[in-house]
Amino acid sequence: MDTIFFTDQLIPALNRGLVMSIKLIIPSGLIGLMLGIVVGTLRTFGHSAVRKAANAYATVFRGTPLVVQLFLLYFGLPNIGIYLDAYTAAVIGFILCSGAYHSEYIRGSLLSIKKGQFLAAQSMGFSTFKAMFYIIVPQAIRRALPGCGNEIIYLIKYSSLAYIITCIELTGEGKIIATRTFRYTEVFLVIGFYYLVLVTMASLGLQKLEKRLTIPGFGKA
Amino acid sequence: MTSPQKPILRVENICKTLGGKEILKSVSLSLYKGELKVLIGPSGAGKSTFLQCINFLIPPDKGRVWLEETEIQSRRKRDLYAFRQQVGMIFQDFNLFDHLNALENVAIALRKVKKMSRQAARDHAVAELERVGLGDKITLYPAELSGGQKQRVSIARALAMDPKIMLLDEPTSALDPELIGEVLSVIRDLAKGGMTMILATHQIGFTRSLADEVLFMENGSIIEQGSPEDLLSQDASSRTRDFCCRLNELYEESV
Repeated sequence: MDTIFFTDQLIPALNRGLVMSIKLIIPSGLIGLMLGIVVGTLRTFGHSAVRKAANAYATVFRGTPLVVQLFLLYFGLPNIGIYLDAYTAAVIGFILCSGAYHSEYIRGSLLSIKKGQFLAAQSMGFSTFKAMFYIIVPQAIRRALPGCGNEIIYLIKYSSLAYIITCIELTGEGKIIATRTFRYTEVFLVIGFYYLVLVTMASLGLQKLEKRLTIPGFGKA
Repeated sequence: MTSPQKPILRVENICKTLGGKEILKSVSLSLYKGELKVLIGPSGAGKSTFLQCINFLIPPDKGRVWLEETEIQSRRKRDLYAFRQQVGMIFQDFNLFDHLNALENVAIALRKVKKMSRQAARDHAVAELERVGLGDKITLYPAELSGGQKQRVSIARALAMDPKIMLLDEPTSALDPELIGEVLSVIRDLAKGGMTMILATHQIGFTRSLADEVLFMENGSIIEQGSPEDLLSQDASSRTRDFCCRLNELYEESV
């Protein structure tokens, strides 16, 4: 086993890919989560037309493979005059996909909040929007956090699909080298390790966040 | 207490049908400043629904509500929200905001609804919590408080909005017997301080000593109303008294 292959070729390429992966994951994770919160709320409490639209969105993006969504965004949209670069198409695809999944977790947790919380807010003159924003959603997010964290971990892994639409990230960089050198085993073992580290860091971050948002006794009754 | 003045709250002909069942059959009442009206009656009589129809938490099918001569147009959201700020409501199961501590529970509506500054809201909230005897518990979360303390926080939360009237929906029914006293004593102080209230309760002793008028509700109608002496005295032959005697018997059996 020659270390030069690793130090001169593989690691620099993977680090370059890692940077791209992180550039994909962070905005997709944050915006996807926010989208999921909004869509989940609309799916639960929206008026019928809004709710139907939000449900349709969730059905489509949870019901079709992410690869198909990415292909359509990158290769399909030009047919109607919309040209996205690979990075943008990938981020949009990830946001839409993870937003759909997040919305499901948020919806479930919203339904678990007792109706009395909303009644109490209303009885003090909160508008529906304010009651949602200050009372209901903050509680729902806390309950949904384990599920949403899970979705973010999925996102880290499915961000590897970006290379299929030519946005060369961690997996893409690795695959190029593997194809050129035919050293698939070494390359993909190292790639796997990179993802493991990413996911571990994300899990730790999420744990920390969960701890920070913890409220004594909340959700245990 | 009948007085020549105009009622502070007037409710007329509230009707509500839920799931094919007629819950309220044209219920009306007038509430005067400083008055404590007590609503009693068997569970399922429509007491909670009636109270929640007054501030439109449950939209009545029919009926009108006036606060100080102004009829509430519940379809105008702005009017409705302004009206609700003036009507404090206390729930049987407290409904404290579970993600906020006692102080924040009281302060949040001051900040987000009344648009007070953070500091002013905080000061006001602390004062209200001290008033219900919880000045040393302001940083505790609902799950860390006893039932009686939770209900007192919820009373402080309603009082902080400076309401013109209060609707109390069986505020002690979810409490362990030994915790009822602390909540009743807060309500007693409110009554003595001149707060205008409608109280749904099964606390007969409390009713007897403090109510200005007793309303007995059954099957969606107020079927008797009058002073506690008239309805609850030994020799009264009222449905109200029968009900209260039954309650007492049940209570004694269970002890």
